[in-house]
Amino acid sequence: MTDILPLSPNQKAFKEYPKKPAKIKGSSIAILIFLTMCALFIAVPLYVMIVTSIKHMDQIRLGEIFSLPTQVTFEPWWKAWNEVCSGVQCEGVKVGFFNSLAILFPSLILSIGLSMVTGYALALWNVKWAGTFLFILFTAAFVPFQIIMIPLIILSGIIKVYGTIWGVAIVHAVLAMPLLTLIFRNYYKDIPNEIMSAALMDSGSFWRIFFEIVLPMSGNILIVVLILQITSIWNDFIIGLYFGGIGTKPMTVILANSVITSRGEISYNVDMAAALLTAIPPLVIYFVLGKFFVQGITAGAIKG
Amino acid sequence: MPRVEFQNIAKQYGRVTVLDELNLSVEDGEFLVLLGPSGCGKTTLLNLLAGLIEVTAGKISIDGNEVTNLDPKDRGLAMVFQSYALYPTKTVRGNLKFGLSAQKLDRAEIDRRVDWAAKLLQIEPLLDRKPSQLSGGQRQRVAIGRALVKNVGVFLFDEPLSNLDAKLRTEMRLEIKRLHDELRHTIVYVTHDQVEAMTMATKIAVMDGGVIQQVGTPDEIYETPANLFVAQFIGSPSMNMLRAKVARDGERLLANLEDASASIDISGHPFAQPPKDGDQIVVGLRPEHGLVDASDLPASLELPVQYAEKTGSDATLFLKTGSKPFAVRIEPSQAANYQTGAAVRVGFATEKFNIFDAQSGRRI
Ligand SMILES: Nc1ncnc2c1ncn2[C@@H]1O[C@H](COP(=O)(O)OP(=O)(O)OP(=O)(O)O)[C@@H](O)[C@H]1O
Ligand SMILES: [Mg+2]
Repeated sequence: MTDILPLSPNQKAFKEYPKKPAKIKGSSIAILIFLTMCALFIAVPLYVMIVTSIKHMDQIRLGEIFSLPTQVTFEPWWKAWNEVCSGVQCEGVKVGFFNSLAILFPSLILSIGLSMVTGYALALWNVKWAGTFLFILFTAAFVPFQIIMIPLIILSGIIKVYGTIWGVAIVHAVLAMPLLTLIFRNYYKDIPNEIMSAALMDSGSFWRIFFEIVLPMSGNILIVVLILQITSIWNDFIIGLYFGGIGTKPMTVILANSVITSRGEISYNVDMAAALLTAIPPLVIYFVLGKFFVQGITAGAIKG
Repeated sequence: MPRVEFQNIAKQYGRVTVLDELNLSVEDGEFLVLLGPSGCGKTTLLNLLAGLIEVTAGKISIDGNEVTNLDPKDRGLAMVFQSYALYPTKTVRGNLKFGLSAQKLDRAEIDRRVDWAAKLLQIEPLLDRKPSQLSGGQRQRVAIGRALVKNVGVFLFDEPLSNLDAKLRTEMRLEIKRLHDELRHTIVYVTHDQVEAMTMATKIAVMDGGVIQQVGTPDEIYETPANLFVAQFIGSPSMNMLRAKVARDGERLLANLEDASASIDISGHPFAQPPKDGDQIVVGLRPEHGLVDASDLPASLELPVQYAEKTGSDATLFLKTGSKPFAVRIEPSQAANYQTGAAVRVGFATEKFNIFDAQSGRRI
């Protein structure tokens, strides 16, 4: 019998080496300038929105959109959240916020779950006509939503989900499926053949292999897809507008309505605050998960 | 323990035929090594047995039951893969347990088997680690453990040692051999390493181009190769092959060598069917069967030295012939005595010859 290898490798004492001097090349300056311009392109409008949202209307009327507020006020934010009118309803965008949350979770579960399992089956199981199916799916990814919207409305009417949260969730799942399935399939294709062979011999059960072996290996790609989906579902306007019922309009729709239905003088500060409130959730997601996003896109199924 | 049988197996990928009309049986408790060069269809044959790919035609049976159309999990097999194929997100214990997931066992039995395998393979301290925290040899052991816990009769190994370094390979070789001696499973083991085959197998099947060239014990394969391919594939340095023409001289049979322009007496060879006058043959001589400076043997050759090579415990003298150098094993201590160009006489005992028909390549 052979002896087991040492459990922990001998650690060497940490030695400090002189750092190499950083070099700045011409090309990196060009890239830096380009990136700065890109950042400004986003940052300048954002700056205007933020300062406007905390100004009094008196200052806004002067028309100096870049000036800092002379007097900071959070009243527009409070108004946007609680009082802004969407049509006849004047309860602020918070109604939309909760509607959006209610839409988000079923949509996420449905769209990710469906495409994950489909991608897993296509990548790792012997599915007949898998190539053809993938091709059709891929083509479907390029069909503009407007073309299939009316049939989808009729279909969702037939299965009695039109105007409900589930209607919105199903449409989200259907529309996201081509892209997400391709993403998952390509990710799972990287799982070594032999692991799948071993699992087939060990268990052979489609669901057991999925939940015990494949799902735990999906962390990286799940984060990527989560961010993609949260952003696209939260920012969606058109599906929410057409498929959401009276009480299930997402935040984006409420925001648009409230901007349109302002009476008398346009209160830019409240509009800006409402827009910012609507944009915050995806931003938070980016800040929290952004690091994993890059990791997830570059990492494969193995390792990690 | 079960017996495994392949009957008239064919495997085609599209229009490419990898295996055709293949017949092979593995007896109870036998350690069969499938040996052959890369791409000859060893893995394909193993995967067919495991059920991971489908046969195009033919029948596979295990323990008398046909399994050709059964799912992999229902065939009563366990397999160890070349890349170990451990589940990266599971601990060692989880890996072993998952190996049992197709069998309906109660908790206590599962734990008992995992503990038993862990003890047998000395991986107990590693049970709670992830595969990425293990060394190559440890991973290999876990992979074997995952197969062992299943408690099935037939084990399949697909080049399980090829990712290990030389020292570890020797150790694991002994360990697998020991496990077989202890547990007496039927084993089908794929490798292209002849040392593994010679040391572990109770029976070797040599494959080339999807065809089984010879099945036999390691000694049979080594001493009496059935054809030129087997003769050249087994042995290192490989067997010396000399083309020759048979000439009858009264009672004696002579082989007139082409390259060495000499003739040797092959009358003493136990022919299955003796060659006729004028037949083209190939005479195969193992390097270790030649005796240097032994002129009293009936067959001998005089050749100039090309160079001598020492590999620790062994030394080989390479002599110049027309095409390939002719290898003879010598005492390592003697290696320095042979100068390049000096003529050396090598003698052979006739019964050690391997004589093949030059046309068909078959042993005669
Ligand atoms: N999916 C496939 N499609 C077409 N040809 C294949 C396929 N899989 C294997 N082959 C061919 O079958 C032959 C045998 O392959 P196999 O993997 O069994 O070889 P092997 O003996 O295991 O070789 P190695 O020692 O390199 O592992 C090869 O020539 C290979 O090109
Ligand atoms: Mg192989």
